[in-house]
Amino acid sequence: MNQSMWHASGSNAAHIRELAIVFGLLLGVIFLIVIGLALLSLRRRHRGIGQEPLEGSHHPSTTTEAKLRRAVSIATGITVLILLGLTILSVSVGKTVSASVAPAGSLAIDITGTQWWWKVHYASDDPSRILETANEIHIPVGRPIAIRGNSEDVIHSFWVPSLQGKRDLIPGRPTLEWLQADHPGEYRGQCAEFCGIQHAHMAFWVIAEPTDQFNSWMDHQLQPAAEPADDEAIHGQEIFLKSACILCHAIRGTIAAAQVGPDLTHFGSRKTIAAGTLANTKGNLAGWIADPQNIKPGTHMATVALQPAEMQPLIDYLESLK
Amino acid sequence: MRPAPAASGVLGDTASESALHPGSQAQQDTTHLNVVNPYEGNAYAIAEGRRLFGWYNCAGCHANGGGGIGPPLIKKDQRDWIYGGDPVNIFDTIVKGRPNGMPTWGGKIPEYQVWQIVTFVRSLNQLEPRAATPARTDSLEQKTSTIRPDKDAAAHPGAVQQ
Repeated sequence: MNQSMWHASGSNAAHIRELAIVFGLLLGVIFLIVIGLALLSLRRRHRGIGQEPLEGSHHPSTTTEAKLRRAVSIATGITVLILLGLTILSVSVGKTVSASVAPAGSLAIDITGTQWWWKVHYASDDPSRILETANEIHIPVGRPIAIRGNSEDVIHSFWVPSLQGKRDLIPGRPTLEWLQADHPGEYRGQCAEFCGIQHAHMAFWVIAEPTDQFNSWMDHQLQPAAEPADDEAIHGQEIFLKSACILCHAIRGTIAAAQVGPDLTHFGSRKTIAAGTLANTKGNLAGWIADPQNIKPGTHMATVALQPAEMQPLIDYLESLK
Repeated sequence: MRPAPAASGVLGDTASESALHPGSQAQQDTTHLNVVNPYEGNAYAIAEGRRLFGWYNCAGCHANGGGGIGPPLIKKDQRDWIYGGDPVNIFDTIVKGRPNGMPTWGGKIPEYQVWQIVTFVRSLNQLEPRAATPARTDSLEQKTSTIRPDKDAAAHPGAVQQ
């Protein structure tokens, strides 16, 4: 339901669904006709081997030959016309859904695919409205979203089946597209271009909300991270800032400002961890931090040597970053 | 793929204070430490070390090995290593830091990643087997006869003349 082009929620996905329906029905009918004729010919009464003329001496009459020729010509002509029609249809839908110029008043989001997660960057002319987050894209319903896709390493492909068609993200060459969600909902997206060992665990969520809900989400996300409230969380923050976490991750409002891993400023507010691999719970988070290679073999998340007693404060702190 | 657990804390316990000071390689005799780079000749570790070299901003001071604020890591002469070019020396340099700018990365960079960076830095100097080193760093490597040749290179008919 969350990840299916049959449940299209945007005009681009609806075009693709219509195309699939036309192709499926038309070609399905033709398939049935062809199979039906083949079965019919099997059931036709055999004239008997004894009466068949010997090979090489079979000469159909001129009228039979003309009939056969006409039938084959008509069938070929129909086939060519159908294929031509489907090609034109397919290309025109392809052109519509891959239109790179977004309508006026769209919200600009930069999406960067990287092994194996998604960097989400809300662009704005106002520097105080620029936001960096990861693996979860909140969008307002009914407003076109201009996506500028990029990649940091290999070719990825941005795909939210309910909202748009696949769009490759090429390193060093921004790809433009736009999408729009017509109904509020949570739509799952997935990398659609094999990009390495954890390609299958490179998912994200697009969460379409009414505009005022989106605005309040945005305002909240723009805030620096919540200060740790209790002793446990304060201790957790100390652990985060003194260990290897700080080499890759940023938490705005602290000295952690590295850009190579996902931004964790509002980590606790996200649905999933490790790019849609696990639900965002304390238990999963502890497992992920303790042994990321066990959950996502090959991931660039470092195996950090923490003391056993340090885990609980650390996950308490991270989950408190709502 | 999975990081092998590297020997833990060996260097912190046994390397003496004098290891912090520059000196010739003779004074940097580390054979008694009996510490082995777990990723010697490991192509994956070299590639990972190369990625981490960029991620952890080693390039900020050392550039792509050519040096800048910090000393070059691609040595013209293998005697140019200030603190020694053996894996254990480079590990020590990263983990403990060195005077005049090299920060202490111990406790920050996990040990297995330090070893990956060590392996990458050595590959810049052709101190790792040729077969494990990605070809794309060739443009950065010194091609002079002062580089210690690969062990297998001599056996090759097309080997570089010494």
